[in-house]
Amino acid sequence: MSKVAIKLAVNGEMHEIFAEPRKLLSDVLREDLRLTGTHVGCEHGVCGSCTVQVDGAPSRACLIFAIQMQGREITTVEGLTPDEGLSPLQQALHEEHGLQCGFCTPGIITTFDAYLRENPDPSDDEIRKVLSGNLCRCTGYDSIVRAVKRAARMIREGAAE
Amino acid sequence: MKPAKFEYHAPETIDEALFLAAQYGDDARVIAGGQSLVPMMNIRLAQPDHVIDINNIGGLSYVREDGESVEIGALTRHHRIEKSSELMRLCPPLPAAARNIGHYALRERGTIGGSLALADPAAEFPLMAMLLDAGIMVRSTLGERVIHASDFFVSVFTTSLEPGEIVTGIRFRALAQGEGWGFRWLARRSGDYAIVNAAATLALDSGGRIGRIAMALGGVGATPVRLTALEQSAIGGETIGGWAGAIAAEAAVLVEPESDKNASAEFRKELIEVLLEKSLEDALARARGQAVV
Repeated sequence: MSKVAIKLAVNGEMHEIFAEPRKLLSDVLREDLRLTGTHVGCEHGVCGSCTVQVDGAPSRACLIFAIQMQGREITTVEGLTPDEGLSPLQQALHEEHGLQCGFCTPGIITTFDAYLRENPDPSDDEIRKVLSGNLCRCTGYDSIVRAVKRAARMIREGAAE
Repeated sequence: MKPAKFEYHAPETIDEALFLAAQYGDDARVIAGGQSLVPMMNIRLAQPDHVIDINNIGGLSYVREDGESVEIGALTRHHRIEKSSELMRLCPPLPAAARNIGHYALRERGTIGGSLALADPAAEFPLMAMLLDAGIMVRSTLGERVIHASDFFVSVFTTSLEPGEIVTGIRFRALAQGEGWGFRWLARRSGDYAIVNAAATLALDSGGRIGRIAMALGGVGATPVRLTALEQSAIGGETIGGWAGAIAAEAAVLVEPESDKNASAEFRKELIEVLLEKSLEDALARARGQAVV
């Protein structure tokens, strides 16, 4: 099947691109929309680095065809980054050294942005269970767990103000 | 790591989907969550000519109950099953199974209908379908039928679905008052398919003996299995010292798992003994109203 017009709502903006139905959302985001914050690692759903949010739910962009996303709201790491400065989760990852090379970081931010809305005060075990879906080869994960705890606290305190 | 070309169809009604499924038969694959199909397409183990996307069809994502059974729409995502208060009350093994599937992002997208239609012999919902006497509701342009779980799973990744048939919903037996359950598994890493998994339900009769029991195992053969004969012989038994281990040891003798790169047959037999024993003990504890960690 040749290229077709695909309308996508990404980070609150509408885009129209032309792509084959077999083109993965991860590739459309990076190649057609130049949103290169979404990283492509394993391309079969294991590593978690391409995770974006579909209608707020974390989803592997490499396991979705872009054409399937018409009428849905996609949020990438760019959409979770404030115009100025960093989000609480990004700030906490920075402060706790929750990243080194940064390849896995966008997927961790999109995943935990959603998870902390569902569970604003997670235990270490709960964080580790969720984090098991995102491979990081630099940090050894402990600093990411600390960062998520810190971010959760920052978000709770921010909401309480 | 890119899929081969295919023609994409996004029907908005079930009738339209059934028409497409009938038209393209074996040349088409239905995509629900896509969490197993798309990896297979990305590595080109699957190269369907047609992909029928059922995500835009309304009315396929639901949880309903009538007290004696629960019915779940084929397009219901694992995450919703994990969080369903109705299911936690009426059929708690299902949320427990959903919670154990893959990773958080996969559970947000993967569906129960997709899991059953894929028929991985170590997957959580096929095991629960066997344990809880599920009826898999399927439709085609020719009509609808309900396939009992024991007739549905034929072999590894193979079901009794005919070309043109689409799973629309699944009905499970609800647990009775005083009926406990257990679910145990061993996987090498969080999110992996289990090497072996085991599940059991148990209710005591008025004399404190086993009144009702069901046991199922996954990862021990080409399909999940229900231990029907063993259940029959266990009824009326006492639940005293070593009862669960004795039943589990019999199961390990009855079931003949094969060796593969993940585990030897011998190791799988050991896992059957340990995991089924713990499942039965959990089921008894819950039947007695005790908390299980």
